[in-house]
Order: sequence, then structure tokens, then C-alpha cells
Amino acid sequence: MASTVNTAPGSEPAPLHKHPYHLVDPSPWPMLASFGAGTMLLGIIMFAHYNVHWVLGVGLLATIIVAALWWRDVIRESRTPGMHTPIVQIGMRYGMTLFIASEVMFFVAFFWAYFHFALYPGHVLGTATPSWPPAGIKTFDPFNLPLFNTLLLLLSGCTVTWAHWGVLHNDRKATIQGLAITVALGLLFSCVQAYEYSLAPFAFNGGGIYSSTFFLATGFHGFHVIVGTIFLAVCLVRAIKGHFTPERHFGFEAAAWYWHFVDVVWLFLFVSIYIFGAGEIAHH
Amino acid sequence: MADAAHADHHDHTPGFFSRWFLSTNHKDIGTLYIIFALISALVGIGLSLLMRLELAHPGMQYFADGQMWNVAVTAHGVVMVFYVVMPALIGGFGNWFVPIMIGAPDMAFPRLNNISFWLMVPALALTVASLFVGGAGTGWTLYPPLSDIQYQPSAGVDMALFGLHLAGASSILGAANFITTIFNMRAPGMTLHKMPLFVWSMLVTAFLLLLSVPVLGGAITMLITDRNFGTAFFKPAGGGDPVLFQHLFWFFGHPEVYIMILPAFGIVSHVISTFSRKPVFGYLGMAYAMVAIGVVGFIVWAHHMYQSGISVDTRAYFMFATMVIAVPTGVKIFSWIATMWGGSMKFDTPMLFAIGFIFLFTVGGVTGVVLANASITQILHNTYYVVAHFHYVLSLGAVFGIYCGIYYWLGKMSGYQYPETLGKIHFWLTFVGVNLTFFPMHFLGNQGMPRRYPDYADAHAGWNLVASVGSYISVFSFVFFFYVIFVTFTKRQKAAANPWGEGATTLEWQVSSPPPFHTFEELPRIR
Repeated sequence: MASTVNTAPGSEPAPLHKHPYHLVDPSPWPMLASFGAGTMLLGIIMFAHYNVHWVLGVGLLATIIVAALWWRDVIRESRTPGMHTPIVQIGMRYGMTLFIASEVMFFVAFFWAYFHFALYPGHVLGTATPSWPPAGIKTFDPFNLPLFNTLLLLLSGCTVTWAHWGVLHNDRKATIQGLAITVALGLLFSCVQAYEYSLAPFAFNGGGIYSSTFFLATGFHGFHVIVGTIFLAVCLVRAIKGHFTPERHFGFEAAAWYWHFVDVVWLFLFVSIYIFGAGEIAHH
Repeated sequence: MADAAHADHHDHTPGFFSRWFLSTNHKDIGTLYIIFALISALVGIGLSLLMRLELAHPGMQYFADGQMWNVAVTAHGVVMVFYVVMPALIGGFGNWFVPIMIGAPDMAFPRLNNISFWLMVPALALTVASLFVGGAGTGWTLYPPLSDIQYQPSAGVDMALFGLHLAGASSILGAANFITTIFNMRAPGMTLHKMPLFVWSMLVTAFLLLLSVPVLGGAITMLITDRNFGTAFFKPAGGGDPVLFQHLFWFFGHPEVYIMILPAFGIVSHVISTFSRKPVFGYLGMAYAMVAIGVVGFIVWAHHMYQSGISVDTRAYFMFATMVIAVPTGVKIFSWIATMWGGSMKFDTPMLFAIGFIFLFTVGGVTGVVLANASITQILHNTYYVVAHFHYVLSLGAVFGIYCGIYYWLGKMSGYQYPETLGKIHFWLTFVGVNLTFFPMHFLGNQGMPRRYPDYADAHAGWNLVASVGSYISVFSFVFFFYVIFVTFTKRQKAAANPWGEGATTLEWQVSSPPPFHTFEELPRIR
């Protein structure tokens, strides 16, 4: 990092240009990330069709490394006076909101698939008497592990707000405690979900339409929980390093938004798949 | 990277590798997109030439079997939609001119802008490579059960699907970038109701992309897991339903056709206004007509599914909603005509393409209203009438929009004005070629010739030969277009900042041709 002009906390430095926008310097990450993503997807094909594993490994690793380096640059820029001006920060709010909106539409596809069958069991082909869940499918008790997971996520929504309170009041200890508990709750959720999958009374592979909708909807949610947990963990490290001020902490807010989004998706999953879609309960 | 001391010298242009591979400049990324689209167009047009060679006469000439034929049809459609029209109109012209027209120095997220471009490269690579491992003989609609692993076991289908995933990610990121740029970076005084219509068109397009492409992502994810990992979303054997895929696909697919045409609407509005020396007639109506088309475009998807067993009530609703779209579209057509009315018109090449666009898009729109009728579609579904319809709105609509934009802005983008006479020859070659290709398809459809077969009954031979001859002219016109570009860059006739005169009022004509590496170091003020 080149020498930067230090200003008193909270005051806005002089802009770098005659306009308030951030002109980003050329960067290798977009091109490398694209090639990494392409390799990763090619790797899934190599895995599924030719039983070759290493391409997927290389692609995944490249994507993660490039994402981390790209993210590091953004954090550095956010700490360079004059780059993330107030109007640039508003742009980031737009960007994150729109990204979450697109994620919502991604989940719409899986909820659509679920309701296509759950609300209209006649769409389940090959059964004489339409029902949801389809005949012969035993489901999880919604008020066992799923309810526990619901409470976990709701609690994590509270703890992330606690951390936010800490940021706003310049109480770094509260921020760190709140974030640490949130990350722990996120990890616990993933573990409980993995444990629940291991008990599933229906198979993913060849388990039919119920297990397809169940596993892809909850599975993509689980993936988003992991992404959100990583996002919060990065914020935890940044909080420990003292990156957040009461005035400027959009990285934290974006992580919190994302976490709430993941939380809300879970509530819809809990109500529509676990409770509404409950059939004969499988007991362990 | 984050180098504040360096920022003072921002207007110096980076070296070659840095400039073209690591770019964070909206104009350079726009140029990359246009070059990418032209390269993809060679693939897409090559495939269509192969298909017309096959269909020139009855019987099988060049294709081995129906699968090979379906692979060519699919690749042609996918390449044209995702790797030609969208990169040219949205990535190319959108990147180049949205920031300039709103008086912004660049896009909101320049690095994200670059990944949107570079994701297209592995996407196209996967799609083209799929041709060599069996291909995807599914049609661009990818319907199961034809796309299931039991009918198409090759990795080619998965490669095409993952190519779409990458192209989709590119579109979503690009859409978020455009919306943020337009909402957050307009110059002082540039209110939404003063914004040029091309920017409006890109705003609506970006919203359609943001909300529809993720649904396609979900649908093809389910298709991939159905094919490779044992799920049963669309497999009746596991209780799944192929019609679900049609719903998910067309919930994306219908907005997608507006995604392809709205930017062309924007370009044509500017060109008609410029070459009539009049402001666009009914500016606000034009802007909100696009918004209306975008909104209604989300609730008409099942008109592609009249034959899939949906109920009569459902069909009645989708028929009504579809016809409603003719109203805002009519507002646009009539406003363009009213813009020309009483104007001081000049028929340069961009104007020829714009007027050609209005005529041909209207033909395609009218056959669209015909096809909106569920009862008529009972007969016309999957015939060449449908092929004629969507080629009139896309190949003669969107592609005329692209040519219109290229001729209108080539001087601005490159600094060199195209040769006018050659441009006009190119227009007439294209106009004659594409109409000769696609107009007879209406007749073939009415005669009952079905889509997606490499062979046909002898009765269809006459019009098929006409269509093939038309396609040869079209291909020649495309080659001629490269000659026009070649002459432009070798004759190097300098373009003025504004070569079109007082009719050209938007901000890009206020800056030099080509514009400086960073436009608007000082923000313009709009009164």
C-alpha cells in the first residue's frame, strides 16, 4: 500500500478526482476468477462423465484463492481514504441489494418446483392416488431438529444485531462477541443439517421427486449458510483488527443483510417443506 | 491496486496486456464485448448456413441424422441468443454508452464489469467444445425428456448447460452493475425523466435479467442433477414432471426475448430522432412503454406452452395477457413513426437500419399476435410459421438493432467514420437476404412444415430453395459487413465529435471521437 493521507476518524478525505466516484485500477482477478469458474464447472462434468476428480479440485481451489485475493483488494481500497466515498458506498448498498434480489429469484426456482408438486399432487406422475408427500415417503418431524435449527438461526439473527449495536456504539468487545457467537451458531446449523441429512429416510440419488425437491431446496440453503458464515467470519477478523467505525462499516452490514436473507429463506423452507409438507413421521 | 498516490495520473492509458485483459474501463470492456459478439456471430451464422444448405433440397445432403441436425439447431440458437445478441447489445453498446449518456466517468463496479465479460469466454468455449463431444441436440429450450441422460448421454449437453450457467452469472452481475450505475451515478440534473431512451431501455433490460436469469439457473441446475446425480424433477419415473421445466424455462425465456429486443428499441429511438432532427415523439410514453413491456413480459410465459396440456382457463389468461403486450409495443411503433412525421429526414445507413427495424419488427409483432391465440397455435405450434415469427423479431429486429448501433456509433467508438455508400449497400444486401430467407417460412408453416427436421416433404421444396438462396445472400452480406469494417479501419476517415448534426443531442456527441480514456473527469451539468 502506498502512503495514504490519514484523516481524523469520521471526517471525509478530499476526493481523488473532480468527481466522487471510484475508478478502479486494472486488476487480474476478474479474468482469473472466470477461468477458475470455467475450470470448476468443467471439473463437475469430468467428474460426472469420466470419473476424473482433479479438474474440479483445481477449479475450486483457483476460484476460492482468486475470490480471497479480490476480496483483500476491496478491503484495502475501503481503507484507502478517498476511494469509498459516501456516494460509492451508496452504490455498494444498491449492488448488495440487487445481488440478494437475484438470489431470491434463484430460490424461487426451487420453491416453484416444490409447490408444483406439493400444492398440485396431481403433477406427481406415476401415482394412482395423488398425495403429498407421495405415497411411501416418510418425512422428518418438523418439531425436532428442524425446529431446533429454526431457533438457532433466529438466535443468530439476534446476535448479529447485537454485533451491529456494538459497531454503532464503538463497543468493539460487543461486536466481537456478537459476531463470534453468530459464526458459531452458523457452524452449528450446518452441522445439525449435515446430521439430519445422515438420518434422512429417503435417498438423494434415485429417491424420487420428494427427495429431489427436499435436498436441492435445503441443500442450496445450506450452501448459502456456509457462504454467509464465511462472510461473517471475515467480518469477525476485520472487527478484531478494528476495521469498523460507527460511521463506516458497510462490509459488516452487507454480511448482516445476507445473513438475514439466509434466515428468511430458512423460515419459508421450515414452514412450507417441513411443516406443510410433513407426512408420516420417520422415527429414529 | 489501491494506490492513492498513483491516482493523480489516472488518465494515462495502461499497457496492452493490462488494458485488454485486466481492464476496468467501460469503453474497453464494451469493445471487447463487441469483438466477442462478432466472433460468436461467425459460429452462429456458419451453423445457419449449414442448415440452409441441408434444407435447400429434399432428402439428406450433409447431415448424418436427426441428432446431428438438432445439435446444429441448438448451437445456432444458443450462440445467437447468449453469445451474439446479448453481448453486442447489452455488453457492447450498454457498456460503451450508458455511462457516457448519463454523464458518469465509468460503471459503478468496474472489476465486476470485467468479470461479466471474461465469464463469457469459458462459457462460449464450453458451448463450442460441446459440439465435439456429441453436442446438445435439445433445442435452445433444453426440454426434458429429450435432454435427459437416457436420450442424450453425452457430456455435450452438460457442457452447454454449464456454459449457460456461466453466461447467466455474467448477465446477473452485469445487470446489478447497470442498475447501480443508472440509479447512483447520473450527473447533476440528469433526472430519470431526462434520461436518454437507450439508458431507459438498458435499465428495464437489466431488471429483466436480474429477476429472470436466476430462475433459468435453478432450472438448468435441476436438469443437471436429473442428468448426473439421480434427482427426478423432470423424470416421470421418479414422480417428476417435464412440464415443470417448461414453466421454469419460459419464466426466464419470455423475459429473455424482451432482454434481446429492448436495447434495440433504445438504439432505434436515438437513430430515428437524430436522422429526423426532432426529439422523440412522446418521450415519457416511450420510456414507460418499455417499463410496461418489461412488467407484463413476466406474466405471459405459458403462451409458449399451449400444447403442453395446460388447462383451457390457463390458456385463456395467457392469451389475454400476451395480447396486452401489443399495446405498449404499438405505442412505440407509432411514436417512432410520429417522430419521423414532419421531420427533416436523412437516410444514412443507421437510419436505413432503423426504418428497416420498424418495418420488420412490426411484421414479427403482427405474427406474434396471431400466435398469441391458443386456438390458432393448436395448428401452428412447432411449424415454420413460428420460426418465421421469432426470426422476424430477433434476426431482423435485434440484429438490425445491432447493425443500426454499429453504424450510428462506429465513428464515436473508433474515431473513424464508415464509408457511407458501402454501408448502404450492406443494408440493402442484408434487407433483401433476410427477407428472402424468412418470409417464405410463413408459407411453409401454413403448409404445415414442422421445425427441427433435416428433411421435408417434396411439396415444401420450392419455398425452401428460396429461403436457402436468401440465406446465401445474408451470409454474403455478413462477409460484406466485415469488408465495410475493413475499409473503415484502413481508409481512416476521421470522425467528427458529432458527425450527425443538430439531431444528435445525447451526451456522447459532446465528447471527442473516440472519447478520452476516462470521460468526464469533471461531471457535466444537465439543464
